[in-house]
Amino acid sequence: MTTTVAPPQAPAPTEPPVHKPSMRKRLIPYWLLLPGILWLLVFFVLPMVYQASTSVQTGSLEEGFKVTWHFQTYWDAFADYLPQFLRSLLYAGTATALCLLLGYPLAYLIAFKAGRWRNLLLVLVIAPFFTSFLIRTLAWKTILADGGPVVDVLNSVGFLDVTSWLGMTEGDRVLATPLAVVCGLTYNFLPFMILPLYTSLERIDTRLHEAAGDLYARPATVFRKVTFPLSMPGVVSGTLLTFIPASGDYVNAELLGSTDTRMIGNVIQSQYLRILDYPTAAALSFILMAIVLIMVTIYIRRAGTEDLV
Amino acid sequence: MRTTTTWLRRNLVVIAGLCTLAYLILPNIVVTVFSFNNPAGRFNYAWQEFSLDAWKDPCGVADLCGSLSLSLQIALWSTLAATCLGTAIAFAMVRYRFRGRGAVNSLIFLPMAMPEIVMAASLLALFLNMGIQLGFWTILIAHIMFCLSFVVAAVKARVLSMDPRLEEAARDLYAGPVQTFLRVTLPIAAPGIAAGALLSFALSFDDFIITNFNSGNTVTFPMFVWGSAQRGTPVQINVIGTAMFVIAVLVVLTGQMVGNRRKKAQPK
Repeated sequence: MTTTVAPPQAPAPTEPPVHKPSMRKRLIPYWLLLPGILWLLVFFVLPMVYQASTSVQTGSLEEGFKVTWHFQTYWDAFADYLPQFLRSLLYAGTATALCLLLGYPLAYLIAFKAGRWRNLLLVLVIAPFFTSFLIRTLAWKTILADGGPVVDVLNSVGFLDVTSWLGMTEGDRVLATPLAVVCGLTYNFLPFMILPLYTSLERIDTRLHEAAGDLYARPATVFRKVTFPLSMPGVVSGTLLTFIPASGDYVNAELLGSTDTRMIGNVIQSQYLRILDYPTAAALSFILMAIVLIMVTIYIRRAGTEDLV
Repeated sequence: MRTTTTWLRRNLVVIAGLCTLAYLILPNIVVTVFSFNNPAGRFNYAWQEFSLDAWKDPCGVADLCGSLSLSLQIALWSTLAATCLGTAIAFAMVRYRFRGRGAVNSLIFLPMAMPEIVMAASLLALFLNMGIQLGFWTILIAHIMFCLSFVVAAVKARVLSMDPRLEEAARDLYAGPVQTFLRVTLPIAAPGIAAGALLSFALSFDDFIITNFNSGNTVTFPMFVWGSAQRGTPVQINVIGTAMFVIAVLVVLTGQMVGNRRKKAQPK
């Protein structure tokens, strides 16, 4: 016995789709944006305004601070802490260069040579993220300990002689020297370099490599003329993601360095949280922001990539 | 000799890459090994002798597990909030053309393009000027703020690569807007949303700089570790670090296995 199932009732003819968006439709994106954008306006933009106002205040903690449009604070803060500014840019720049140098081969390996190990390698790059970075940075104290195996090896191969000559280390110790801080910074921000590099390398069509090879390009030439230029978006976003946070970092300088390796982040932190000189702290943080924004803008112009995120 | 040199040359990238990987993993190995240490003094920086004490009693240090659960709570709430707010923004940005789109874009990009300390300090300036008590709520507010941009970036990437014809097809088959969203759009966007949520959880849980400025006397787990670097580091910190690493690897690997199985189940 067969029963024929009644075909589903076709819905009653409705009005043809409206082509001119109604008022309600046009408001949808604004309703979607509203809560998040409001959050950013109140807790990102407004704080900047308050910090700007703090930076031109004078007074003391006991008497209270008043806005007196005292722009001199900016100049004094810049002049007083110029060494720390320069040191921050130097350390962050060196760490960024090292990240690129160390990160590129690994990103290349994962993108082109890993095969079925690719996912495992990616997990190993990301997983350290989940052990608190402070714990991992403290582990460098053990690794770089005076007289430890790492320092012994570096010493016996003459590496420390070179870094001493460069002013990065002193004698036969690494801890509490600029080298330790740069090493920590490089370590901390390396994944931020590797992941964008990997993403842009992975997009490259490997047939381009073959084509270049067919045209008698040597492997080094293929890399210089094909692979590297095509990975530029990754290089740009990787270097930015490394340099920007590294320039404001104070954790590595505090845990692995000494008073001679203090970066501008350490100064801002102690001005805000220990010395409680709020105007100077606010001015310093705006100067840092301005320096970073200017450098980043110039860099993006020079590197010439539009699509960053 | 000749063959060794050629072999080295051919595998230079692999060797260099594996060296970098070793550099990345080395601290995790040290953290794990030192979780079995029985340190002599207040600091756990030099190897003394093997001991399981810390693993038997991970909460044996005052305030450690309290700070851990506080960090977990903050990370969960800020992930939830940032994911909802960020996903909505991402959809609005990809699917609609509207006035002020460029301004919104840079407003979302800026928090990612600024040294963390600048945001941390400016939030503190706001809270100080308004006389707001620092603590749980100020930490939560700050974390939602900086996680938001990362969620938007992650979800946007996924929605951008989505084929809008799938949704048109659903509408052609008489699915209402709600049905289309729940049964077509959301499942396709889910990996992006999950990636954004995972990222914001990790960022919030591990954040130190912004929390350092805006926590007052409230102690999150990173704050506890920071304090212990001055007062003395208990071995339990290494135990927690090791456990976090193992759990993270397991979670990611399981996620990938599930993903692979699904991929195999659906023929292309």
